[in-house]
Amino acid sequence: MHFTLNVWRQRGPDDKGAFMTYPAADISPAMSFLEMLDVVNQRLILNGEEPIAFESDCREGICGACSLVINGIPHGPDRGVATCQLYMRRFADETVLTIEPWRAKAFPVIRDLIVDRRALDRIMQAGGYISSNTGGAVDGNTVLIGKDRAETAMDAASCIGCGACVAGCRNASAMLFVAAKVSHLAHLPQGEPERVRRADAMMKAMDREGFGSCGNQYECEAVCPKSISVHFIATFNREFLRSTIAEPGPLTGAPADPHAEFR
Amino acid sequence: MIRLDSKVPSGPLETKWDRHRFTEKLVSPNNKQAIKVIVVGTGLAGASAASTLGQLGYHVDCFCFHDSPRRAHSIAAQGGINAAKNYQDDGDSIARLFYDTIKGGDFRSREANVYRLAQVSTQIIDQCVALGVPFAREYGGQLANRSFGGVQVSRTFYCRGQTGQQLLLGAYSALCWQIERGQVVMHPRTEMLDLIVVDGHAQGIVVRDLISGRLSVHVAQAVILATGGYSNIFYLSTNATGCNVTATYRAWRQGAAFANPCFTQIHPTAIPPSEEHQAKLTLMSESLRNDGRIWVPKRAGDARAPEDIPESERDYFLERRYPRFGNLVPRDVASRAVKVVCDEGCGVGPGGHGVYLDFAEVIEREGLGLVRERYGNLFEMYQRITGEDAYKAPMRIYPAPHYTMGGLWVDYNLMSTVPGLFVVGEANFADHGANRLGASSLMQGLADGYFILPYTIGHYLATTKNEPIAPDHPDARAAMDRVVARTTKLLEGNGKRTAASFHRALGHIMWNACGMARHRSGLHHALQTIPPLRHDFWCQVAVPGSGETFNQQLEYAGRVADFLDFAELLCHDALHREESCGAHFREEHQTADGEPIRDDERFAFVAAWEYQPNGTPILHKEPLSFEFVQPAMRSYQ
Ligand SMILES: Cc1cc2nc3c(=O)[nH]c(=O)nc-3n(C[C@H](O)[C@H](O)[C@H](O)COP(=O)(O)OP(=O)(O)OC[C@H]3O[C@@H](n4cnc5c(N)ncnc54)[C@H](O)[C@@H]3O)c2cc1C
Ligand code: SF4
Ligand code: FES
Repeated sequence: MHFTLNVWRQRGPDDKGAFMTYPAADISPAMSFLEMLDVVNQRLILNGEEPIAFESDCREGICGACSLVINGIPHGPDRGVATCQLYMRRFADETVLTIEPWRAKAFPVIRDLIVDRRALDRIMQAGGYISSNTGGAVDGNTVLIGKDRAETAMDAASCIGCGACVAGCRNASAMLFVAAKVSHLAHLPQGEPERVRRADAMMKAMDREGFGSCGNQYECEAVCPKSISVHFIATFNREFLRSTIAEPGPLTGAPADPHAEFR
Repeated sequence: MIRLDSKVPSGPLETKWDRHRFTEKLVSPNNKQAIKVIVVGTGLAGASAASTLGQLGYHVDCFCFHDSPRRAHSIAAQGGINAAKNYQDDGDSIARLFYDTIKGGDFRSREANVYRLAQVSTQIIDQCVALGVPFAREYGGQLANRSFGGVQVSRTFYCRGQTGQQLLLGAYSALCWQIERGQVVMHPRTEMLDLIVVDGHAQGIVVRDLISGRLSVHVAQAVILATGGYSNIFYLSTNATGCNVTATYRAWRQGAAFANPCFTQIHPTAIPPSEEHQAKLTLMSESLRNDGRIWVPKRAGDARAPEDIPESERDYFLERRYPRFGNLVPRDVASRAVKVVCDEGCGVGPGGHGVYLDFAEVIEREGLGLVRERYGNLFEMYQRITGEDAYKAPMRIYPAPHYTMGGLWVDYNLMSTVPGLFVVGEANFADHGANRLGASSLMQGLADGYFILPYTIGHYLATTKNEPIAPDHPDARAAMDRVVARTTKLLEGNGKRTAASFHRALGHIMWNACGMARHRSGLHHALQTIPPLRHDFWCQVAVPGSGETFNQQLEYAGRVADFLDFAELLCHDALHREESCGAHFREEHQTADGEPIRDDERFAFVAAWEYQPNGTPILHKEPLSFEFVQPAMRSYQ
């Protein structure tokens, strides 16, 4: 197969950056999108040019490192798939592929297609955890957690922290990312004591980092490689509301149905 | 000169760890605040160690080359984590987990370590639940379990097919807490390139900031390596593309013994390689073997579609050869059996490199819904990669390099032969012997980081008076000079071949000579072909750009360079070990029907190699004694 690549090249955060065009000839349909870029890079290196910088590690759709906008869509055209799991057989021969980095104020470009996503870590550090010392935990079966509840927590917890939701959002909001973490922990009894503080602190951190606010466009869900549901944004809004009412002490009794207001 | 002292406490197995913890010296809370330690790596082992040490009050500098600690390779583990909880009341116990692990490792690990691992395994699950890990649950709200290769009980805890992800996110969130409290300073996108040893003690590291390219020195009272395994030496493996041997190899050159490098595990159920430009192999979780049946056509070269091959013409070779364990035999046994049928010409798919993993029967028996619920994400992944639908036709699988049991030698306290250098997780050699059973690496990583190292490092810190050195100490400068020289040399190559092409060539050599089966002649051949390849690398590698900027090719070339060096050590070790044992199968040592022959008389030891500048490494042996189990012929029949 033969493709034409329009790739965003930018040497650093202060560089202006521009699109450059490269041929991607003799690509086999069994290659992943990133393997296709590997091949193009090998050719660039041998021509004495600098290869296109892009990020990846697991190449299995789980580490969240790969981050590319392909023809305007973060992680490319398939739903629920990260770039590394996209295979060239998905595209028609001779297609023109435009490849860009995530674009958001909170994600400065480091080089070419690589952006700095540390803002997401800082949001997590603001409260995306349960503070529990190692040692002395009670037996895991002492607190029972219903299967449905555990499954919902797992749905939310499967976020890979890639930031595509931000890149796909017109306002560059990190709402889905934050909502996923808050909902994961809010659905577990272990997350209960800190839920008020957590929602509040993570919301503030998100604002501080320069992410936009959520306009309910739901583009985030559409581009999320883990198909994290926007329902969790509703859960988060409710958690946040609790924190503004500022109930003293730990809250108890999470609602049994997280999606209640959608039913 | 290296001396191996395992420091294993004497006395009954069951109380060794308790007694040891009591006799170890403690660091008082006030003194902890004056102590700084370095943790390299944020996988399960590194993140759990760094967060726990932070919580204890030490100052921790934590490093990883990823942009975020959450992306460490541990995130990709699929199947699950073992623990001797016996929630299923199916006969499990600490003793049984201990025995299965010792036997699974073909009696090439230390009893005391393995027993301790089984002991703390139960605490790991509790700790993870406390951190919010959403383990699979039964309808009644209790933790669910499944079973994995090599055992007959259900002791594996899991989070769908994303167990590693959830365990790592748990450890990462504990780390986030300590970062927020200021106890841990996180240095992402920072690669350790050398170890600083002062008067025989590890006192710091040299790192490269991967964005600016700046090299710097970090000093501390102890250094902990949690840098994972080296399966990527085979080029194609199930590991993340960034996995490497650099940190442990550099530490080896500074005096840390490297143990059992040839114990590299090949996993039986990966998607077969399809073509030249492939960057990695994708694992299909071992849990699939619980429900899938593995077979090949009986007749060599049978090219019919699987559905056209009647039952009577199929060979369910694992069930045939190992009636008791069937498809659940351990990885090394299954991988070898696959190799045998493929070598006989019965393999399926391109090049005959594949066998069928068939779900037709379980779908028929328990319904599509159940299979979709259990393995849906794996089936999807398979479809995307191969373009085939495994609900309709059987999956094709083939063994792939997966895990390395070898690593830096450590004593019972997880300390290497360089005092002050501790090694945890896949980076050390301990616990798995010659073969690792499924779901036990995550267990070891977390055991080391949450429950073992935080105790044992205290004794070292309490009994060793070493003030942090100044960053311009001569030994630190020497380490820095080594890194500068190496980086400069890499950038000087004159550009005819890419680092990837050398990596692929090396992988080829290693897979053929030192992969699923090894033979004296192949290993000799490899030892002859690696040095010229390395020579070509240093003369011809093309590394564009400079060292003072973000430069991925420079990072990669540095890792390939270390693989090229390390490959020889691996082959030496494989050559020396004249027995078949676990994942190390020497073709010279097998029975008439292809079963491995272990040699306890001559090889019941840990092979710990000492670096020699410009010379052949020196072998030291730590004899393994078995007081509590009798090494037996490892039979799964
Ligand atoms: C596909 C797959 C599935 C698996 N499934 C299972 C399973 O179901 N159950 C199980 O028990 N095991 C499983 N394993 C094995 C298990 O995942 C690993 O053995 C384990 O995660 C290793 O953890 P670790 O913390 O030792 O190292 P890693 O998770 O590899 O972490 C290494 C860390 O070190 C850092 N690092 C490395 N070198 C440097 C350097 N020079 N400088 C700075 N930082 C550095 C990296 O950034 C990273 O943070 C699986 C493995 C694979 C490949
Ligand atoms: S919510 Fe989805 S898109 Fe956003 S960071 Fe998580 S996985 Fe990525
Ligand atoms: S490379 Fe890990 S998610 Fe794509």
